[in-house]
Amino acid sequence: MGMTMTQKILAAHAGLDSVKAGDLIEAKLDIVLGNDVTTPVAIDVFEKAGFDRVFDKDKIAIVLDHYTPCKDIKSAELCATARNFARKHSITHFYDVGQVGIEHALLPEKGIVGPGDCIIGADSHTCTYGALGAFSTGVGSTDMAAGMIAGENWFKVPAAIKVNLVGKFNKHVSGKDVILHLIGMIGVDGALYKSIEFAGEGVAELSMDDRFTIANMAIEAGGKNGIFPVDEKTLDYIKGRFTRPVKIYEADPDAEYEREVTIDLSTLKPTVSLPHLPSNTKTVDEVKGMPIDQVVIGSCTNGRISDMRIAAEILKGRKVADGIRCIVIPATQEVYMQCITEGLTEIFITAGCAVSTPTCGPCLGGHMGCMAAGERAVTTTNRNFVGRMGHVKSEVILASPAVAAASAVAGCVADPNDLN
Amino acid sequence: MVQGKVFKYGDNVDTDVIIPARYLNAPSPAELAKHCMEDIDADFVSNVKAGDIMVGGANFGCGSSREHAPISIRAAGISCVIAASFARIFYRNAINIGFPILECPEAAEKINAGDEVTVDFDTGVITDLTTGETFKATAFPAFINGIIENGGLLPYLKAKQAKEN
Repeated sequence: MGMTMTQKILAAHAGLDSVKAGDLIEAKLDIVLGNDVTTPVAIDVFEKAGFDRVFDKDKIAIVLDHYTPCKDIKSAELCATARNFARKHSITHFYDVGQVGIEHALLPEKGIVGPGDCIIGADSHTCTYGALGAFSTGVGSTDMAAGMIAGENWFKVPAAIKVNLVGKFNKHVSGKDVILHLIGMIGVDGALYKSIEFAGEGVAELSMDDRFTIANMAIEAGGKNGIFPVDEKTLDYIKGRFTRPVKIYEADPDAEYEREVTIDLSTLKPTVSLPHLPSNTKTVDEVKGMPIDQVVIGSCTNGRISDMRIAAEILKGRKVADGIRCIVIPATQEVYMQCITEGLTEIFITAGCAVSTPTCGPCLGGHMGCMAAGERAVTTTNRNFVGRMGHVKSEVILASPAVAAASAVAGCVADPNDLN
Repeated sequence: MVQGKVFKYGDNVDTDVIIPARYLNAPSPAELAKHCMEDIDADFVSNVKAGDIMVGGANFGCGSSREHAPISIRAAGISCVIAASFARIFYRNAINIGFPILECPEAAEKINAGDEVTVDFDTGVITDLTTGETFKATAFPAFINGIIENGGLLPYLKAKQAKEN
């Protein structure tokens, strides 16, 4: 029996010729990641267990992105703990305010992760790097500590779901609509413990930023990871960024998939997820007109330069509607700078948006855009759970940058295709 | 063997309701325990007693990777979680900190809130003393038992390194 892409990467990192779904293996790690929320907990267990050395200072990334610039004294203490640890162990890939970006936009951009890698991160959206053809999965703080100590960790080899992409996008449809549609189709536990393997001619239609957005939300279907084949677009993206040798893995023709689904990109419409589960999807034309109070454009899901360009194209020459707070957060310093040099920042500010330094902030109800009881937001983030962006009685509607920007202008949930 | 009163919740209990992100800036177990489940069950923290048992539906612990979630449940006094299924990061995190969790769809369906339940970790047998029903949870693979027997992933790793040196 052949192997999926995920299974091949895991086998190679476990030093095995082959693996099959269900096998328990110990695999070598290329990168171990943590942020300001999860790293301090990892440091605590690392030190309490009596360890004093990391396996490789070049293979650990610590990114202070969630509550930074620090929102309060407690957050500052967490960052200080992570910062001191990074200094003590001379961690190469340590990112603090001024250099930091949202981890899952930052690591690919800096070339820290690349095709064929085996990566764990103490953040559930670590699955983002599957867009590059890597095996990458979210874990907790103890797993991060174990990874930092041993450079390896245990995995159960996942069974797979294959998602065949065909066709081409219509106007105002993007990667976000693909992944929301898929989660709506298979449910929030539709890929539980499994890998989601994207394939088909439609992959070539997707930009790298679309692929990052799609892989990012594999976890929202319960997936262990999401993964894309490596093609010219991948190799173009990593050029000048990723300096380690590139390893390209391809699924065997006879690889086993528990389930196969096909998504025809040409049939997709702009899609949203209503509160309080990402699987609660509707096409935007079914729900347009719902009143809103806030719009957030950013996050590890949709804070990259293509997302900013899409939002700016809609906001150019228009105004954010009265009574709507529109917060734009470029995901990294590089994206922020591009927004300035391309004139996007001016468009956002002229339209009446607040433009923030990179932070995860509002996505998890941390800071920079929490909501009060009874308020509702359209956001380009990844979760709409109860209380996710603030008060337990506030609501989040997940959407693409195009829908979010159109909604900011309309003052309610809006279809970008309806804009004059 | 543990025994306690059951706190029961539905499907897709996510880590944001187990411990909201607004409390993640103070990660001590005692501090996290004060806010456990408050967004879906404001009375949980005042009603739970040491040894009590949490029962959930499918995909328990979905969402973020925060290990603060199983830490807060344990620190609140819960002795184990029984669910129809667990989200995979929560599952790993619970095992890695040595907190017992049991997958048992039948028990998750039939046990009622407030029932008195015992769990025998050696046999995986769950007994609902209130209704008299018994259930058998899915056994852990030997590898995972090794981690739990060592008291978590890091002690397991420490023991493994000691053996190699």
